[in-house]
Amino acid sequence: MSNRIFALVALAVALALAAVTQLIPNEYFFSAAYTVLLFVILATAWNILGGYTGYVNFGSAAFFAIGAYTTVFFYNAFKAPLAVGIVAGTLVAGLAGLGLGYLTLRLRGVFFAIASLALAVVLYIFIVNWDYVGGARGAYVLQPKEIPFGLPRYIHLIYAVQLVMAAFALVVARAIEHSTLGRGLAAIRDDELAAECSGVPTLRLKIFSTMVSCALMGMAGTTFPYYLSYIEPSSAFSLSYTVNSIAMPLIGGMMSWMGPLIGAVLLGTVQQVVQVTVSSAWNLLIVGVLLVLFVTLAPNGIMGWVDAWRRRRGR
Amino acid sequence: MEVSWALLANAVIAGLLLGGFYAAMSVGISISFGMLDVVNIAHPAFIILGSYIAYIVNDRFGLDPIVVSVVVSPLFFVLGAVLYRVYYYCFERRGQESLRGLAFFFGILFITEVALVLIFGVDYRMVSSRYGDVTWRLGEVGFPMRLVVPFLVAMVMVIGLQLFLTRTFFGRAVLAVAQDQLALRLMGVNPVRVKELAFAISIATAGIAGAFLIVIQPVQPAIGREFIGLVFAVCVLGGMGSILGTLLGAFVLGLAESFTSTFFGPSWAPAVSFGLLLATLAFRPSGILGR
Amino acid sequence: MLGNSVLSTLGRVLGAVFIGLVLTGTALAQQPLKIGFGMSLTGPLAGNGKAALIAMEIWRDDVNAKGGILGRKVEFVYYDDQTSPATVPSIYTKLLDVDKVDLVVSGYGTNVIAPAMPIIMQRNLTFMTLFGLNVNSKFSYDRYFQIMPAGPQPAIGWSQGFFDAAMGMNPKPKTIALVGADAEYPAMALEGAREHAKKTGLKIVYDKTYPPNTVDYSPIVRAIQATNPEVVFVASYPPDSAGMVRAANEVGLKTRMFGGGLVGPQFAALKTQLGPLLNGVVNYEFYVPDVSSRFPFLEQFLAKYQARAVVEKVDPLGFYLPPYAYAMMQVLDQAITATKGLDQAKLAEYMHKNTFDTYVGKVGFAKNGEWAAPRVMMTQYHGITGNDVEQFKKPGRLTVLSPKEYKTGDLKAPYHENKK
Repeated sequence: MSNRIFALVALAVALALAAVTQLIPNEYFFSAAYTVLLFVILATAWNILGGYTGYVNFGSAAFFAIGAYTTVFFYNAFKAPLAVGIVAGTLVAGLAGLGLGYLTLRLRGVFFAIASLALAVVLYIFIVNWDYVGGARGAYVLQPKEIPFGLPRYIHLIYAVQLVMAAFALVVARAIEHSTLGRGLAAIRDDELAAECSGVPTLRLKIFSTMVSCALMGMAGTTFPYYLSYIEPSSAFSLSYTVNSIAMPLIGGMMSWMGPLIGAVLLGTVQQVVQVTVSSAWNLLIVGVLLVLFVTLAPNGIMGWVDAWRRRRGR
Repeated sequence: MEVSWALLANAVIAGLLLGGFYAAMSVGISISFGMLDVVNIAHPAFIILGSYIAYIVNDRFGLDPIVVSVVVSPLFFVLGAVLYRVYYYCFERRGQESLRGLAFFFGILFITEVALVLIFGVDYRMVSSRYGDVTWRLGEVGFPMRLVVPFLVAMVMVIGLQLFLTRTFFGRAVLAVAQDQLALRLMGVNPVRVKELAFAISIATAGIAGAFLIVIQPVQPAIGREFIGLVFAVCVLGGMGSILGTLLGAFVLGLAESFTSTFFGPSWAPAVSFGLLLATLAFRPSGILGR
Repeated sequence: MLGNSVLSTLGRVLGAVFIGLVLTGTALAQQPLKIGFGMSLTGPLAGNGKAALIAMEIWRDDVNAKGGILGRKVEFVYYDDQTSPATVPSIYTKLLDVDKVDLVVSGYGTNVIAPAMPIIMQRNLTFMTLFGLNVNSKFSYDRYFQIMPAGPQPAIGWSQGFFDAAMGMNPKPKTIALVGADAEYPAMALEGAREHAKKTGLKIVYDKTYPPNTVDYSPIVRAIQATNPEVVFVASYPPDSAGMVRAANEVGLKTRMFGGGLVGPQFAALKTQLGPLLNGVVNYEFYVPDVSSRFPFLEQFLAKYQARAVVEKVDPLGFYLPPYAYAMMQVLDQAITATKGLDQAKLAEYMHKNTFDTYVGKVGFAKNGEWAAPRVMMTQYHGITGNDVEQFKKPGRLTVLSPKEYKTGDLKAPYHENKK
């Protein structure tokens, strides 16, 4: 299936889902679904650098927060509508990824990981000290009163927006995966030295994939201030985003675009259910244990199991 | 603000004392990451674990936390050995250590934190030590014991480790494994055993550093994450694989934080530390004393 | 005959209808009154959240023992919000759309109150909130109510007592240092303090914040000392409150008045941990045993609370949130009973127009939903010996400096000469 067709299909599915689900009477579904979709985007984005290229990014929360705070900035400065915030947030996060990559991708992968962690801390402190976007006190972003497309509540709108963004992220991931770029990234993942020797422009590819990955993570964050009406640094930079963005591709499978989707939907839904049933400290424990279990016992995730099962059946 | 001699002196003293503590926290990473190439980002989790064990015993029996941690360190040693075994078996052997190993340790960090929350709750815990509130004063300069005692013990530990690595057989085996595993194997030493030993030592130091931490400040499960960056910053700054480098890096960081706190405002102190890290990574990744 | 059978059928039908109405009526009356909320049972504010929950459960049991509200037994439906704003929309939409609760109240703190506001406002609900910091200034919602006694301008009301006591010193101080953590509450408290400094003509000689994970507070206190302030106002959360008090003792801070906005010493954990180090510090409290005579019923409530607190391992004193959590439910109880129902508009109107008798005294609300008048007590600790908790359960370990109606004594200045 060519990229264009896949993109159209994905968009159609997203819009269909958005339309059909408008019929669900209770708002809780949309709230929970929004969160799951947020993780779909984060996981897919992380996997572009993590699964395809083999570089671990511990700063997912930072890029997510960049997207969120860019929206806040544009809201405060220009009372800009959501669309502007989304575009701006994605671009700024991408630029930040470019900066991080440029500084650290010449070194070993491990340094990139540490630098991404350091970046998260520095950025957090920067935001905390920046009063224009609320600083430590937090910023309020009021949901507009008129809702386009005649939707009943604001949550329906950002849920639909999130659906479209998730489809977009999946399209991008799949496009990269099936392209020459993707093959180059895979070569880097398998053996960077060999790839470099075979003529793969490793640095350029790595920087590009970092930029795309971080931009998408920022995109996931752009609707967040509107969802909550309130954003403050410690929850925007929450470690939960970092951990989940790593755990979900790991669990779903890091080799293809379907893995993060499966992992995010599964793990995200489980977390939402646990949140309203059992005490949520167990929620986090489950994520951690699943992460460790999958990484040690099932390194290729659920997609890996499916592949192995299919191979056995094919025999 | 008048910059008096006393203010400067106190900033320097505080910076050095803090640096000693940072060195104790980071020396384990210097070994596990610097020498063994194991990116153990769960290191702070073991520090916090050490803090809590010191807290429990101190709370129940009133024993000095640092003494407790030294006594308990064999437990951490064993824990480190087991952890390394799992890591080696699942990742290193298969050559997948970079991504999955990282994720593995991240998961361990997370699980430790959440488990501590489930058991102890999120309230801050403190220990009461006999020297906790004592301050020696030399004129206008103060030496708070709560920083001095951990500093002294930390120095003993770090220097002891350096001597161990350079003077003893096992120590030199560790240095050798960092340089060339194949050569070591050819010389009849099992590198896996050596790495296991070294990793176990690194976790043991984490346990002891935990006691320092809880003497210096209140502890709750989530603060481990805040130290990940700091610990790696110290190692990278100082140069990987060099204990003395770690010491130097720790002092630099401690002084940077202390000076920034005192003269520019405390809220920029962590940014300075990590800014230093990023700058080092960008311009001199091997650090000050790196190989 | 036809007439008879018609009459008898009619009789039977009417009888059935009558019985049906009675049964439905009683069935409705038996339906529990469900109150829904998110509460911080895990996360940074879990200690307070759990304490508040205990207080609310004691209230629920007290009310149900008296027959419930309007004949309906009260039931709670609550979820752990993990002190995270991200969970709040899901929790409140579930409570309202799926669990179909009759009334909602908030969780603890701005972090979890603000994200709930859009949902509340869309449905025109009356919203009683627990200790949010000036949240309604952004939303200007007329059905928002707040049980924290900071007054209509929380930032100002918070430190009013501190500055009143400071300017009561003789001679009047001229300089002040402001310091606090990089976080929401301290930012607000410091903002209010700056206003006060302007109003009273105090010169601000130090005004900086520190990151919450600071390890060593001595450099900060030393830097403050270098500016020689006569008054030092601190706004901090529990870990840094402990750090600042310890550092002040370590460095030997010399100033006339120290403290003001430290969160933490209101709880047993910090009172016992710091013990005598707290002597001389001026700080806000919401309740102290020294004024127990002014709050009848509070002592027996606290006895019930303290019994449960020990078992559930939360703050054993319960002077901070629990009385107010109980009071907020009392306000709702009285409003529902008076308006004889759950009409949200009528409830809001009633709550704006009336004052309520609660365990924390008379409660009245201003137009913006905050308390009509501030009632934050400013106290000075003294006479603390050792680290046991029992001494704090009795009066005598602090002086209430403000407000006037609760005052038990005067400020003892300077700070460094009154540390006993």
